[in-house]
Amino acid sequence: MDEQAPAVELKAITKTFPGVVANDDVNLTVVPGEIHAVVGENGAGKSTLMKILYGMIRPDGGTISVKGREVHFRSPKDAIASGIGMVHQHFMLATNLTVLENVVLGSEPTHGGVLDFDAARERIRDLSKTYGVPLDPDRLVEDLAVGERQRVEILKVLYRGARILILDEPTAVLVPQEVEELFRNLEDLKDRGVTIIFISHKLDEVLEIADSITVIRAGNTVATVKPQGVTARQLAELMVGSELPTPETRESTVTDEVMLSVRQMGVRVGERWTLQDVTFDIRRGEIVGIAGVEGNGQRELVDAIMGMRPPQQGSIHLGGEDITLWSSRRRREAGIGYVPEDRHLRGLLLPSPLWENAMLGKQTMPPFSSGPWIDRRGAHQRTVEVIREYHVATPGPDTPALALSGGNQQKLIVGREMIAEPKVLIAAQPTRGIDVGAQAAVWEHIRGARAAGLALLLISADLEELIGLSDTLYVILRGALVAKLDPATVTPEELGSYMTGAREAASR
Amino acid sequence: MSWAAVDTAQVEGEKGRRLEARRILYLLGLVMLMLSAVRWFTDASDLTSSGTYSAALRLGVPILLAGLGGLYAERTGVVNIGLEGMMILGTWFGAWGGVEFGAWWGVVLGILGGAMGGLVHAVATVSFGVNQIVSGVAVNILAAGVTRFLSVIAFTGHGGGATQSPQVTSNLPNLTVPVLAGGKPFGWQSPDLLGWFERQHWFLVSDIAALFRGFMAELSILTVITLLLVPATYFFLWRTRLGLRMRSAGENPVAAESLGVPVYTMKYLGVVISGALAGLAGAFLVLEAAGIYREGQTGGRGFIGLAAMIFGNWRPTGVAAAAGLFGYADALNLRSAQAVHALLLFVAIALLGLAVWYLIRGRISAGVLAGAIGVLVFVWYAVTEDVPRQFIFITPYVATLLVLAVASQRLRPPAADGLPYRRGQQTS
Amino acid sequence: MNIRIKVALLWLLVPVSAIVMALGVSSLVLIIIGENPLSAFRSMVSYGTQPNSLASMVNRAVPLYVAGLAVAIGFKMNLFNIGVEGQYRLAALLSAAAGAAVSLPAPLHIAFIMLVAMAVGASWAGIAGVLRVKRGVHEVVSTIMLNFIATGLGAYLLANYLRKPRLPNELIIQTRRIPPSGALPNLAVVGGEDLRSFLVIAIAVGIAVYVLIWRTRFGYDLRATGINPEAARASGVDPNRMIVRTMLISGAIAGLIGMSDLLGFFHAYTLDFPTGLGFDGIAVALVGLNHPAGIAIAALLFGWVDRAAQILDLEGIPKEVIIITKGVIILSVVVAYEVVRRIVQAQQIKAAAEATRRLEAKKEAVAA
Repeated sequence: MDEQAPAVELKAITKTFPGVVANDDVNLTVVPGEIHAVVGENGAGKSTLMKILYGMIRPDGGTISVKGREVHFRSPKDAIASGIGMVHQHFMLATNLTVLENVVLGSEPTHGGVLDFDAARERIRDLSKTYGVPLDPDRLVEDLAVGERQRVEILKVLYRGARILILDEPTAVLVPQEVEELFRNLEDLKDRGVTIIFISHKLDEVLEIADSITVIRAGNTVATVKPQGVTARQLAELMVGSELPTPETRESTVTDEVMLSVRQMGVRVGERWTLQDVTFDIRRGEIVGIAGVEGNGQRELVDAIMGMRPPQQGSIHLGGEDITLWSSRRRREAGIGYVPEDRHLRGLLLPSPLWENAMLGKQTMPPFSSGPWIDRRGAHQRTVEVIREYHVATPGPDTPALALSGGNQQKLIVGREMIAEPKVLIAAQPTRGIDVGAQAAVWEHIRGARAAGLALLLISADLEELIGLSDTLYVILRGALVAKLDPATVTPEELGSYMTGAREAASR
Repeated sequence: MSWAAVDTAQVEGEKGRRLEARRILYLLGLVMLMLSAVRWFTDASDLTSSGTYSAALRLGVPILLAGLGGLYAERTGVVNIGLEGMMILGTWFGAWGGVEFGAWWGVVLGILGGAMGGLVHAVATVSFGVNQIVSGVAVNILAAGVTRFLSVIAFTGHGGGATQSPQVTSNLPNLTVPVLAGGKPFGWQSPDLLGWFERQHWFLVSDIAALFRGFMAELSILTVITLLLVPATYFFLWRTRLGLRMRSAGENPVAAESLGVPVYTMKYLGVVISGALAGLAGAFLVLEAAGIYREGQTGGRGFIGLAAMIFGNWRPTGVAAAAGLFGYADALNLRSAQAVHALLLFVAIALLGLAVWYLIRGRISAGVLAGAIGVLVFVWYAVTEDVPRQFIFITPYVATLLVLAVASQRLRPPAADGLPYRRGQQTS
Repeated sequence: MNIRIKVALLWLLVPVSAIVMALGVSSLVLIIIGENPLSAFRSMVSYGTQPNSLASMVNRAVPLYVAGLAVAIGFKMNLFNIGVEGQYRLAALLSAAAGAAVSLPAPLHIAFIMLVAMAVGASWAGIAGVLRVKRGVHEVVSTIMLNFIATGLGAYLLANYLRKPRLPNELIIQTRRIPPSGALPNLAVVGGEDLRSFLVIAIAVGIAVYVLIWRTRFGYDLRATGINPEAARASGVDPNRMIVRTMLISGAIAGLIGMSDLLGFFHAYTLDFPTGLGFDGIAVALVGLNHPAGIAIAALLFGWVDRAAQILDLEGIPKEVIIITKGVIILSVVVAYEVVRRIVQAQQIKAAAEATRRLEAKKEAVAA
């Protein structure tokens, strides 16, 4: 084994899924003991690449070498045996168990079947001290903050002997102080010879922490650079491939008539205020965008507006009427539409035919029902319309929803909401999982509806979507609206720093 | 987070646990005091006699076993509504084994019978993904049918019938603690100190003596085994590798699978153990309590066991306490109508006390409700001489409902309890 | 093959495999106890297909059918009303007492009795619904407890308040007799067996349940809640109201379970009144896959099996082997349902992808 050999070397990795090339001749070389960032947009191929490196997927072509030796991983177990550990974006922790129990699960130290708690505790404390990851082994994971839980995940992989860590979007759910702590931990780990691969799309962080950066775009390696020699703007251009999207100049369709008004909304879950003092208006013909890292109160905001979670404070008005105490159904009937963030969880009845799915949310209104009865004919007709106008690829309105691809399912949902000509549409990640062509078509529909007077609340992680569609752009952080920006003039650094709390807005 | 903060956190955690244990002891003391007072006032000595406590223990054992069984299954994430059916299998095989081969064989066969029922439930829910409640209901129906059929084959014409077995004599050993409770070590009749204290009918002292004596006299070996199962379950599930893996299957099976834990195997283990414990409960019912198999003798104890598990917050000691409570209600039921009537007074006082507690805390509506019901119960006590037989019969079931209604809110079941799990599924 | 036909055939596998399993296991059991399964089955078929047996089958099936409907409404929403047993018995007792206490012209009298029964059943089930909504008590345990409580309460009421004054020779405790205006005549006499006319009402209830579940807004909400409660909530369904309403409807139908026997045969509630119909109803609902048509077939099947098995005793074969048969049917159905469901879904996905591909190709050809 060559000491100077790269810790990890991926050469000419190719992977295709039906219909899409995820990785096309990708190369990645990671020097031992460095922090190497892999950046790219959603869908650029980073996650596929990392899954290959972690043994979760087998590549169609190319080689993987660890510490100079070529390896073939059949499962994550092989990767772990080679010293690679993955810290997933969505933590895999049992919250009712202690830190110790979560860390040792599956590799428990025992005295003939009985857990050797002392040995486990000692080893965990050792690891904690050695790698600078302070944690109390006997605390319940439930009582830990998000940043601490991430440390448990890191400890999990260190416990199994990992010397190469892959972190998948580690700062996605952290607040600024936790990000700082994480970076300090990573530096400590680096000092002890651990190699770190850091996947992210947050360019400012990447520039701060990484020793070298590989940019991936559309399945290819575009460049490998050193942070000293590049600016965030240049990195962004490498990632996106061209200039950042500029919203097209057009005539503003925003009117003066306020359709939805949210005032001092506050939602408390247990002791924590997940939403605080949120106030904004949406006018006829206006799209209000809300940008923010996932988990900062967007879900609670949507739930409160849709009537699924009553707010502890504040009020909501629809076109002048106070709807704060209205039921979910009443709000729907009054003309609020909803494109949910998780279509499988909230948007569809998967085993049911499309026409029954087209009714979801509107089952008490024509054309789907008249009186207490369901109007099957009306439902079928409406479904056929949606299929036609929104290009949902399906044999017909009787096909079960589970038989459609994710993108077509999403198109159906967007279509059924928009075709009902709602007064206000709440759209959370409306184009998630749709291919680029369909995405553009949906955006066209949205723009058309806006011109016809729709008021739309857009919550999205797609910056292109937010900047391209919004008339007004807010940033949400820890449950509060911290900035009100003009999409036409905002810069990515500005937007990113508000989203991560680096800069507080002086005004709204 | 600094290291100093880490150490204080651990100390605080321990302090919290000690506080809770002390709280429970205080509560227990208060209850004893009240019971003692009511006994003294109403002269219903059965309310706190060692005979009643003994009976409570004996009647609580099947519920405790069922509750522990439910706990094993739910700790691995599988809801087991079929406990009743598995207990029925335990009664039948316990009786048949007892008649054919002897009491100990009855116990073994009862356990195996229940375990078989558990296996069926496990195969249906874990391997085939059948809805857990549906599968449990199906197991109950199947068990009732199978035992009826087997009774016709094995018992008719042999001293029994389609719905009952011949008499089963049980020669399982009984234990009685010497000196304190009049046990007979090596044939020497020792003094019965606690019994003497009990017979003085002194306020509180006699009642506490009776409580201890109830736990020391005429204990079936099966009872002792069952009581030992409580700390054993704690040790197994919280202190061994296998136990941790089983619990992980019920908390986050996806995470466990990703770490190499065979989740399906863990669930199978939990459900089969659950069936085995229910089978033991059935065997106990036949061999220790009734001396005979009778159709329907489980009387819903499988479900009451589930209620005990819920009330016990899915922890072994909690289940034991809840089972004791239900056993006590059952025991009063059987021993003395006067005691049941006196219990009304106890319940009334308890409710009024609760009402005061709520009102002090500012929870007006809860306080008023508790107070109103307390007054009603007191009136019922004052106006009647006794409680009708049919109402005595339903006491444990009403108690279960009340317990669930009060307790269901602030509990902590295993995080993935009742959720279907298919191998290879991803978190969203 | 057309995907619809394929799917229908696949679903047919469920009852077929269940019956095959049941026959297999029953034969095995019979062989083990030294009997000849073929001759047993032959006897059953020849006895069971006589006209009076068929009439008896229908009579037995009717209360089973109603019980299955009551249970299925809840099951469709993942609401497990196991308390049907207690609901129907309490309803039968109280409606019999009420029916004996009034005197109304014939159709009204019967309707009155039925309404009382429905009200009692609905209220008793409603208790469990409220407990679930307000206190989070799972309805399986609460309804089972309520079953036992209903037994005790019913016994108490019957013994102390509702009983008919006893004549010197009478041993049975029962309610006062319902006057003839409260009795349902028989539909026909088939081979010496009375065919009870509650059959007609039961069929009407079945149709009503079908319409309710598949053709009304309420039914849509109910099915949506059963399929995906989160999506149903997001679409405006109030889960608490749904739970209470569904329990009330389920309990109301449960109240009717005893009506066929009460109005057509017993005319009073006695301690001999048929028991166990509630649990049999659960079995029938499961085997019928919670659909009124399937439940009808399942009820007839169970009714036939019960009747046909009577002959076995005469041949020296314990008729209780039938109970095992029924149990195996139930278990096989629920397992087969899961397996077939997954196969069906995979087939649907494949067929839709294929059909879509063809459609898109056609579109391109037209555009070119």
